[in-house]
Amino acid sequence: MGVRISVKVNERSHTAEVEPRLLLVHYLRDVLGLTGTHIGCETSLCGACTVLLDGKAVKSCTVLAVQADGADITTIEGLARDGKLHPVQEGFWEEHGLQCGYCTPGMILAGAALLAENPGPSETEIRRAIAGNLCRCTGYQHIVNAIQSAARKLKKSGGRKV
Amino acid sequence: MKRKEDPRLIQGLGHYVDDLSLPGQLYAAILRSPHAHARLRKIDRSAAERAAGVVAVITGEDIRGVLGTIPVAAALPELKVPPHYPLAIDNICYVGEPVAVVVADDRYRARDAVDLIEVDYEPLPAVTDPEKALEKSSPRVHEQFKDNQACLWKIEAGFPDRAFKKADRIVRQRFLNQRLIPVAMEPRGVLASYDPGPELLTVWSSTQIPHLLRTQIAAMLNVPEMRVRVIAPEVGGGFGSKLNVYGEEALVAHLAMKLGRPVKWMETRRENFLATIHGRDQIDDVEVAVKQDGRILALKCRLTADLGAYHQLLTPAIPTLTGLLMLGCYKIPAVKIEYVGVFTNKMATDAYRGAGRPEATYLIERMVDLVALELGKDPAEIRRQNFPKPKDFPYSTPTGVIYDSGNYEATLKKALELAGYKKLREEQKKLWKQGRYLGIGLSTYVEICAMGPSSAMPAGGWESGTVRIEPTGKVTVLTGASPHGQGQETSFAQVVADELGISPDSVIVIHGDTQAVPYGIGTFGSRATAVGGTAMFLAVQKLKDKLKRLAGHLLGVDPKRIEMGEGKLVVKGKPKKSKSFLEVVQAAYVAKTLPPNFEPGLEATTFFEPSNFTFPFGAHVCVVEVDAETGDVHILRYVAVDDCGNVINPLLVDGQVHGGIVQALGQALFEEAVYDENGQLLTGELMDYAIPRAWDVPRIETARTVTPSPVNPMGVKGVGEAGTIAATPAIVNAVVDALRPLGVRDIQMPLKRERLWALLEARGS
Repeated sequence: MGVRISVKVNERSHTAEVEPRLLLVHYLRDVLGLTGTHIGCETSLCGACTVLLDGKAVKSCTVLAVQADGADITTIEGLARDGKLHPVQEGFWEEHGLQCGYCTPGMILAGAALLAENPGPSETEIRRAIAGNLCRCTGYQHIVNAIQSAARKLKKSGGRKV
Repeated sequence: MKRKEDPRLIQGLGHYVDDLSLPGQLYAAILRSPHAHARLRKIDRSAAERAAGVVAVITGEDIRGVLGTIPVAAALPELKVPPHYPLAIDNICYVGEPVAVVVADDRYRARDAVDLIEVDYEPLPAVTDPEKALEKSSPRVHEQFKDNQACLWKIEAGFPDRAFKKADRIVRQRFLNQRLIPVAMEPRGVLASYDPGPELLTVWSSTQIPHLLRTQIAAMLNVPEMRVRVIAPEVGGGFGSKLNVYGEEALVAHLAMKLGRPVKWMETRRENFLATIHGRDQIDDVEVAVKQDGRILALKCRLTADLGAYHQLLTPAIPTLTGLLMLGCYKIPAVKIEYVGVFTNKMATDAYRGAGRPEATYLIERMVDLVALELGKDPAEIRRQNFPKPKDFPYSTPTGVIYDSGNYEATLKKALELAGYKKLREEQKKLWKQGRYLGIGLSTYVEICAMGPSSAMPAGGWESGTVRIEPTGKVTVLTGASPHGQGQETSFAQVVADELGISPDSVIVIHGDTQAVPYGIGTFGSRATAVGGTAMFLAVQKLKDKLKRLAGHLLGVDPKRIEMGEGKLVVKGKPKKSKSFLEVVQAAYVAKTLPPNFEPGLEATTFFEPSNFTFPFGAHVCVVEVDAETGDVHILRYVAVDDCGNVINPLLVDGQVHGGIVQALGQALFEEAVYDENGQLLTGELMDYAIPRAWDVPRIETARTVTPSPVNPMGVKGVGEAGTIAATPAIVNAVVDALRPLGVRDIQMPLKRERLWALLEARGS
């Protein structure tokens, strides 16, 4: 029954036999134990499960694990490098961009994907880019500030690849 | 100060319920009723039991006489309490009511097997409109009661009938405060495990009230309370929806004991919409008696609350908060309120952010605007005219509460200045002439929070706080409040560190584990800091006294002459004569040089009982333009001036205010839980129920005034719900104000663009 897949997650290669119906988010959480990717709706409406798949922000609750075969995936656990937080993570910490923290990993990855594509987004562009990620705590203002702060830092440091 | 919670949360290292796994763990999935009202004739579970991976299937028959009912803590006169079981027995009363549970070795297989259960329902007529439910001809939600009236509660004070006779004008309006769905981003979830050696049942639940839940699980399962441990791990938002005891918490715990294996249940979002408590759902028929000069003499209200099919923990009590706060921040001398609670075939309502107070603020703030309209006065002027003055505090309201402190005029003045109110009014006149609809909405609010004295609470309004200075000088704080996003791990550490003269990095705040933390009430009703924080503050005072006594003994001086310095205890006026904090702490533990009758160790606990609620207040100004072509509401400015007493961490307060305002904006503009007349929830997913997204919301300008509360020594009031309580009427008042040239007097929430577009079309804009 199982289908063999090979994926790279946070720079590490994994091979597994998975059920064809297994969702990528369950593969990441239940098989690899990467529980930083959260599940908020299972219908791709809330964005809590956002991960980077080949650099693009995708909702891992509506991707099958088999569809991710051969892909390079970054989850929230893989965003910090060499013990140093990603500027978007720093931004969320410094600007109080989170309260309960449940939407946060997806929100940070959506922000990181935006800045990788558009290093100097306007406030409207930021709000558009994270419109697929719901937050019920913050009212979004500090999240926008966090992404703006990260953009300023990235500009100063000459950018960083996600 | 940056939050101590954040490093784990921004790296995906926090542990919410679903992130926890135990060896041998099973998964539960729940079959829920598709009918709003039905008799359960027969359940055939044989196919489900035979399905791959299935370990057990249970139905209502299996828990009859085994599990107790879901508790309601509210006490009201003539309250009818229908038995409410974790699994339906005999009857179904709302769509989503649990009918059976499947336990399997895999979450997919558990859900597969749910579809194999066959249920024979005998559908019964349902009622979903609370006013129809009160009619004699209505189907009864619970056959054992003669009608659908669940409770009746009244307040009358200050001779309202006489006041209405003296009035120059009477202004009347009906307000519908629509049903809302809380939508915490983390759905509910429960993991339970039973260890037969120590006979210990451990339940991890996404809850705001771990200790109360522990007591109730012990009662529902008939297990001695000391053999139950409840842990609230990271909780992904609550907003009142997790201030409850749910059937699933008892079911999963029961199954873990019965099967001898850990069992996990995670709510799907669809289940979250159907079967986690809803909020609001009130009809308020209001009339006020006014004098020509603008004074409001009296208010009368008939409040009809749709409670849904069953009571959850606080269901019927929520509208009483509306009653207590109904006169808002105005000195209105007479009042008459009649609250009727009604059963319908819907999910229960209960506490949702603000819990009863947003309804009160909405109706009084809308009403004050209508009075201004009626009298041709400025809405700011009518407000000023009816405010109690600073010298009137503490101010006793006719509804029976005592506002602790306030200066309402100061917040209004500040908000109007920040918004540039005068200029805005001039601008508005100009734009109206051009056929553009600019509106300015005010909301001057007061709220009841820091819940709250036990005498006024269903099950204890105190809180516990423990401070333990460890032998190495590091500090562990245990709080009975169970924060879930509000940031008390940071703000509480700040307070303790300040008091002891050490770094906040040396303090850790532990919460949410009933085995680690003394009994507490929980986090809700904007109480964690004002009540839980005070408990901790008083506990740390006990330790300071003890440290000073010991330092005095070690230094050979009267302890009264010792004061806390940075990292040391110093003799007043003699800065060189001191002992380091660590030296004194170690002396308390090594215990060789203690004064007589001095207990070793450094740990203190306080159970703080507040003497009153606290009453934060503020003034919000919302500026909108309504698009004449599309009906879209564009929020151009949002100014919030809040007074929550003394502030510990300004950034955290801003975060609470922003989030609260945006939840209010959701109610004002988008959100509405809609049931059809058969009791089907039509807005059962995020696709159909619109919570605000980043691009829907404006930038919010915040400012504060500071009027400390006299109720607690820190002078704090609480701020978790202020935004939600204040903002809904500010936004609606702005939109109604914008459309004044069209003769618009009131618009029913939510102010969706299609509703406004139809209105604009009808009025020939």
